[in-house]
Amino acid sequence: MTDNEFIWRIAGGSGDGIASTSQNFAKALMRSGLDVFTHRHYPSRIRGGHTYTEVRAAAEPVKSRGDGYNFLLALGDSFARNPQEDAYYGNEEIKPLSENLDELREGGVIVYDSGLLDASEIEDFDARVEENNWHVYDIDLRNMARDVGREVMRNTAGVGVTCALAGIDLHWIEELMSDAMPEKILEPNLEILNKAHDMVVEEYDVDANDVTVPEGSHDEEQVLMSGSDAIAYGSLDEGCRFIAGYPMTPWTEVFTIMCQNLPEVGGISEQVEDEIAAAALAVGASHAGAKAMSGSSGGGFALMSEPLGLAEMTETPVVLIEAMRAGPSTGMPTKPEQADLEHVLYTSQGDSQRVVFAPGTVEEAYTQTRRAFQIAYEYQIPAIVLYDQKLGGELVSLPASHFDEEPNPSLGSTLTEAELEEAPHDDSGKYSRFQHDVEDGVSPRSIPGQKGGRFLATGNEHTPEGHIAETTSNRVAQMDRRTEKLEAISADLAAQDETHQTHYGPDEATYGLMTFGSQQGTVEEAVDMLNEQGHSVKALGVSDMAPYPVDEVSEFIESVDEVLVVEMNASAQFRGLTQKELGKYGEKLSSLLKYNGNPFEPLDIVEGFKTTIIEGGELSSNKTKFVPAAGD
Amino acid sequence: MSAFSAIGDGQPTDQDDYTPELEPQATWCPGCGDFGVLKALKGAAEELGKSPEEMLLCTGIGCSGKLNSYFDSYGFHTIHGRSLPVARAAKLANPGVEVIAAGGDGDGYGIGGNHFMHTARENHDMTYIVFNNEIFGLTKGQTSPTSPKGHKSKTQPSGSAKEPLRPLSLSLNAGASYVARTAAVNPNQAKEIIIEAMEHDGFAHVDFLTQCPTWNKDAKQYVPYIDVNDSDDYEFDKTDRREAADMMAETENALHEGKVLTGRYYVDKDRMSYTEEKQAIGEMPEEPLAERYFHDSYEWERSADLFLDKHK
Repeated sequence: MTDNEFIWRIAGGSGDGIASTSQNFAKALMRSGLDVFTHRHYPSRIRGGHTYTEVRAAAEPVKSRGDGYNFLLALGDSFARNPQEDAYYGNEEIKPLSENLDELREGGVIVYDSGLLDASEIEDFDARVEENNWHVYDIDLRNMARDVGREVMRNTAGVGVTCALAGIDLHWIEELMSDAMPEKILEPNLEILNKAHDMVVEEYDVDANDVTVPEGSHDEEQVLMSGSDAIAYGSLDEGCRFIAGYPMTPWTEVFTIMCQNLPEVGGISEQVEDEIAAAALAVGASHAGAKAMSGSSGGGFALMSEPLGLAEMTETPVVLIEAMRAGPSTGMPTKPEQADLEHVLYTSQGDSQRVVFAPGTVEEAYTQTRRAFQIAYEYQIPAIVLYDQKLGGELVSLPASHFDEEPNPSLGSTLTEAELEEAPHDDSGKYSRFQHDVEDGVSPRSIPGQKGGRFLATGNEHTPEGHIAETTSNRVAQMDRRTEKLEAISADLAAQDETHQTHYGPDEATYGLMTFGSQQGTVEEAVDMLNEQGHSVKALGVSDMAPYPVDEVSEFIESVDEVLVVEMNASAQFRGLTQKELGKYGEKLSSLLKYNGNPFEPLDIVEGFKTTIIEGGELSSNKTKFVPAAGD
Repeated sequence: MSAFSAIGDGQPTDQDDYTPELEPQATWCPGCGDFGVLKALKGAAEELGKSPEEMLLCTGIGCSGKLNSYFDSYGFHTIHGRSLPVARAAKLANPGVEVIAAGGDGDGYGIGGNHFMHTARENHDMTYIVFNNEIFGLTKGQTSPTSPKGHKSKTQPSGSAKEPLRPLSLSLNAGASYVARTAAVNPNQAKEIIIEAMEHDGFAHVDFLTQCPTWNKDAKQYVPYIDVNDSDDYEFDKTDRREAADMMAETENALHEGKVLTGRYYVDKDRMSYTEEKQAIGEMPEEPLAERYFHDSYEWERSADLFLDKHK
């Protein structure tokens, strides 16, 4: 967190090019030496509907969306379907301006396209401007774009205006546009960028506002990466060359990146009829000797329940990705939530035997996806990477070196034909694929086509050779062996140099914040703010959902007086999991929940903590919800 | 050198090679048509010289799913209705493996119907045998997707109000490039058809009439049967989609009137298999993907080298 930050919000309609414009802008700021972090807000529509992206930039590390923002570029929704105020969706055309005023900070800048938007349609606009000391620039961006070529280029005109008002050297934008745009559209875009910029410099006093872009520099080369990118690259670097899927927001991003990149590395991608097939294909490909993955979001993942159980019972390695969005059912398709935790942990019949990681950051999305493949193939178990629309879509600047890693194509505990010759077989020559007494419960597998390796994989309980069997002694031996794998994985994870859990803040702190998955960065910013304000707080971001890191979390909870658990759902699922796994601390853990479709902002947590934990009061808005500890 | 030396090793085999030591006797009911499938499959595999370890037999759930227990090869006894997606992925990962999927009419035409349509449409080079006994056997006699209209069972006490599904027509329309029907009571034809199906370079669907003497006594034994390819009463060109469609419709109509028609209905040898289609557009490696993981010298690509630049 820093006072000297620039948070730019570009708002328009779906289909107006908000995403690509903001991505280029974020990358230009990254190249100029700043750390950047983006936050997307969009509706489940193809054309029209209010959408915005925030680009937060500072010279110091930024880990979260900020609290509010300080520069609005309101383009207007050019696809607004109904400009009447009494329409169901309200007056959509004006929304990119009207809907974004509440969060604009005092002294902020508003640039709006007067070609599409008429501020006088907004009640009290002038009064609010005066009250908040906002600096307003109404510029006919649409007309400017028309003059040069195409209306769609008003985005570029808006970027030119932004650069003039915020003091961004145009060459960063020009350089980026030259890299990103095909020649045909590059020239007119460069022209309008400069024209808009120069017009503002000429006609306005650009120093009249205090919102400027800070200066920064990086010690090493940076990349702008999303959680979805990181999951895909982590998979590719683990030698994953097979994906099967079915489109569903927000999982579609990982699926798309894989489908586009796999041909380049001799891999196979399959878009199939449904998610049952998708997961079953991943199981089939893995069984036949490929490193394979599938994934979906809530509803699609529900369809994967049975193949997931089949992978557990047949001990077929597979990695599944689950991108959470607001539920239940279709819920809010483009809005983030963390309410599929229990779904992913327990779905499918019988005792679940799986690994679930919930990375907290884009870096962790890469490393933990890799670890998921390693565990899956080493221990022959399904591993699930659980993330959400927020982590999948946010773009973050990171050192390129983080991704400069060697590949690991190992199939894990798999035998070669030479090794199969030495391995145990039954009298008829069937390989004993599921032996009872093996180290860590892992009985190495063979692959169809290998000489000396034939066996039967079945979803039924089975003997060491894979034959269907219901005898009690074999059942217990096989169940215990499969369970033993989880204990071995737990020990394996705890023995790593760095666990997947992230500790933040002063060791000796009085209070703790706990969270899982994508809220980690925001919680860390809240910790900084609280400590600056004189409170004594530290945080633990947990990624290992299964097996759960019992000792590490216990130690954290023991070390503080009280813990506030922060998560994006309505039923405190992560707190519930923690209490179930630890078997105590009910009186020590309270919850701060948010499930309105938007991720936490640092101030939500700061205010929530102060009001409830410190002052024992009640929250004043319904934006977040407090659930007290047992006995409180 | 291949890491999968069982593939195409050309060793002579005999039927005993496919008989597992542990469970040599199948536990199907006496007189069950499923024995006919097992026998035809063993005969076909022997004749084609397929070693048990180059075959992957994927089954669903039901009496038919027990096929894996009595046929010794690599086997994957999957879940109800899902043998096809598992099987076709295995084929993509290692095209040299002889992949056969099998299941019942409930498994393939009911719960797994969506996969059936799409696997046929994609024309994977594999054989799909549907044990069609027009009944749910293992769950004790409920009406199935191919049970005739009016069929009474414990779950359809007033008789089924539904028309039976037309498996051959569905298969043709979905895109299968080889469609045949045979019957357990016709072992020679059954073996010949399974051989053709395994040799066919594309999705070969065999609707295999398997009488259920326990739960579907109405269906008799599927005798007498007529081979439409041999009978003078029927003349059609099995390489012509329209003529095949007419012959299929006639066959499906005839079944419930006591006339059992069998044979090859549609054969399209020109259509490329799915593997070939994908290779043609550059989305499928020439060398089997599974081999790559066993090559010590393969240089695995790094995302840092290939994809990171566009993020800078």
